[in-house]
Amino acid sequence: MTLGKFIERLAQLVPVLLGVSLIVFLMMSLTPGDPVEIMLGDQHVTPEQEQALRHDLGLDRPPHERFLVFIGNALQGDFGTSFYHRRPVGEVIAERLPATIELTLVAMILALVTAIPLGVLAAVKKSTIFDKASTVGSLLGVSMPHFWFGILLLMLFAVHLHWLPVAGRIDYEYQVEPITHLLLVDSLLRGNIAAFGNALSHIILPALTLGLAMGAILMRVTRTSMLEVMRADYVRFAEAKGLARHRILFRHALKNALIPTVTVAALETGTLLGGNMIVETIFGWPGLGRLVVESIFQRNYPLVQAAVLFYAVTYVMLNFLADILYTILNPRVKL
Amino acid sequence: MTTTTLPRPDTAAGDRPEPVLSVRDLRTAFKTSHGIVRAVSGVSLDVYPGECLGVVGESGSGKSVTFASVMGLVKKPGWVEDGEILYRGRDLTRLSDRELRALRGKDIAMTMQDALTALNPALTVGEQILEVLRAHADDLPRGRAGRAEARRRAVEMLDLVGIPSPADRLNEYPHQFSGGMRQRIMIAIALACRPRLLIADEPTTALDVTIQAQVLELIADIRARLGMSVVLITHDLGVVAEHCDRVVVMYAGQVVETGPTRAVISDPKHPYTQGLLDSIPRLSDLSHPIRPIQGQVPELIDLPPECRFIGRCPKRTPDCRTGIDMRPAGPGRAARCILVGEETEA
Ligand SMILES: Nc1ncnc2c1ncn2[C@@H]1O[C@H](COP(=O)(O)OP(=O)(O)O)[C@@H](O)[C@H]1O
Ligand SMILES: [Mg+2]
Repeated sequence: MTLGKFIERLAQLVPVLLGVSLIVFLMMSLTPGDPVEIMLGDQHVTPEQEQALRHDLGLDRPPHERFLVFIGNALQGDFGTSFYHRRPVGEVIAERLPATIELTLVAMILALVTAIPLGVLAAVKKSTIFDKASTVGSLLGVSMPHFWFGILLLMLFAVHLHWLPVAGRIDYEYQVEPITHLLLVDSLLRGNIAAFGNALSHIILPALTLGLAMGAILMRVTRTSMLEVMRADYVRFAEAKGLARHRILFRHALKNALIPTVTVAALETGTLLGGNMIVETIFGWPGLGRLVVESIFQRNYPLVQAAVLFYAVTYVMLNFLADILYTILNPRVKL
Repeated sequence: MTTTTLPRPDTAAGDRPEPVLSVRDLRTAFKTSHGIVRAVSGVSLDVYPGECLGVVGESGSGKSVTFASVMGLVKKPGWVEDGEILYRGRDLTRLSDRELRALRGKDIAMTMQDALTALNPALTVGEQILEVLRAHADDLPRGRAGRAEARRRAVEMLDLVGIPSPADRLNEYPHQFSGGMRQRIMIAIALACRPRLLIADEPTTALDVTIQAQVLELIADIRARLGMSVVLITHDLGVVAEHCDRVVVMYAGQVVETGPTRAVISDPKHPYTQGLLDSIPRLSDLSHPIRPIQGQVPELIDLPPECRFIGRCPKRTPDCRTGIDMRPAGPGRAARCILVGEETEA
């Protein structure tokens, strides 16, 4: 059944990807701004030279033809050449991807390790000051825009206090020979503690910014499901058995309460992808999100198209992962 | 206060040992948005060593809350307002959380009303039975030997309640067992530490008739083997008639009648007990009409001092407006009805 479901999911991807491609294509075509003009900037060129460049990039064809060509090539795994980099789009994306994955993972871990204990605590201390404060806090966390919270952190910790760096992923003087391309992991694997510390100091603020909303949501989910689970008959029965309180709380209640938390975490990771664009731009993080934003300004059509397709595939896959996790955590649902 | 000292049921029956459990004037309330619900108001009862005591009454009469109070499991918004719960002479209402935890599951065990939801769906059956052994069995050796011994006892217990090839099934989850099997597993867990007192809250309600009979037989069998006392909570007087030595009839948070099962059933003193009897089908006489008691259990908020059954009682008199205490009604018997005294006088 798993394999069948997997194939089903893959099949569902086809219309999603087609639709997403079309929408992105239309939006890019309809937004004012001409990639050729942007590329040439202030350079003086003859109309012939400009025409040649336009032909080179395939921009002299009518839009519907360009779309069909794009789809045709994409089906063969060719997503075109980045206007700006003059290299295959896939290559450029692959270079930027590890930074984004690293940032997303750290944000997720931060969100999970703070949200789960706080959610459990809020449930156990229901209706106390702590519970109410955490409710207000998580509401703020959900509703605070990324850019605003990010800039706030940046101003305070980087600009005023100088505790943490303003931008980037690691300072230039640190060299880490790549293994996984995740700097935190590689620097540890290479035993380069100084580089690890430097990379860590760079990732803290963007990861906090990115993880805030997710953490707030996960905390609420954990609190709600803990409250529900603590009323369940099996928790009462566990109490009737005379088990220790921590065992009832963490083994009987939390194991069940985490099912929705983990599922929502997988789904929310898809949302983090969107947040990446803003956060990476604020913190000068050399990842995919910032690349996409830059490419939009450059009217770098092929790169934007490919990146958005990549996001869409990732999003659908994360949904699928959420399903799988739910099944694994919940023995009642058979694979 | 309308505290009643129950006549000792044994006064006529000869020497009886001290009760295992003795509840005295228990009051448990819940705070709700409509007001304070007095779910249990002044319940007194005794459970003697080795006996099976039936606690019977319609849904909502306070049976579960009474024994949740005994177990110290009443949670906010509820609380035990007053009363004594004496377990072998110790008042459980005065024990600390830690002392209560040491008793729960070891000395006094309870099975829940719904076996299908009482087992944790995310933990294996083996873990759920082993954890109670580990929590209480102080005699288990440490380390590997202790784990092996706990496992042996778990398998033995599951075998005792009739789970086929129990050793192979320790790693399975509750959903992999049938409803009847889950009921048995819950009983195995409750009995794992060989308690002196088992409180079985409606052990058969969720089961179909044949399995009901099997589970009740099982409890009776284990009671005889382990020599424990059983409190069988049920809304079915038929079950009580078949399995219990004595019976406590509860209505609207109070005990309304108590006595030896056979005597109570052949000659009920309280109109409510009579009503319960009339509402069960009789296998011996299928033409006998089933007459359910009309009306409903009153809301347990701001109740006047009058007899709580007054609204539904076919024999009510104007005198029922005053509060009525339990009255002696024959050997080992008592009932909360003004007709009791008059009957004997008449
Ligand atoms: N958690 C609770 N909150 C409010 N009222 C409760 C709660 N639990 C029980 N009660 C009240 O106590 C009364 C007796 O309940 P219960 O002991 O479960 O009845 P029984 O087990 O006899 O069916 C119910 O009518 C209900 O109103
Ligand atoms: Mg009940």
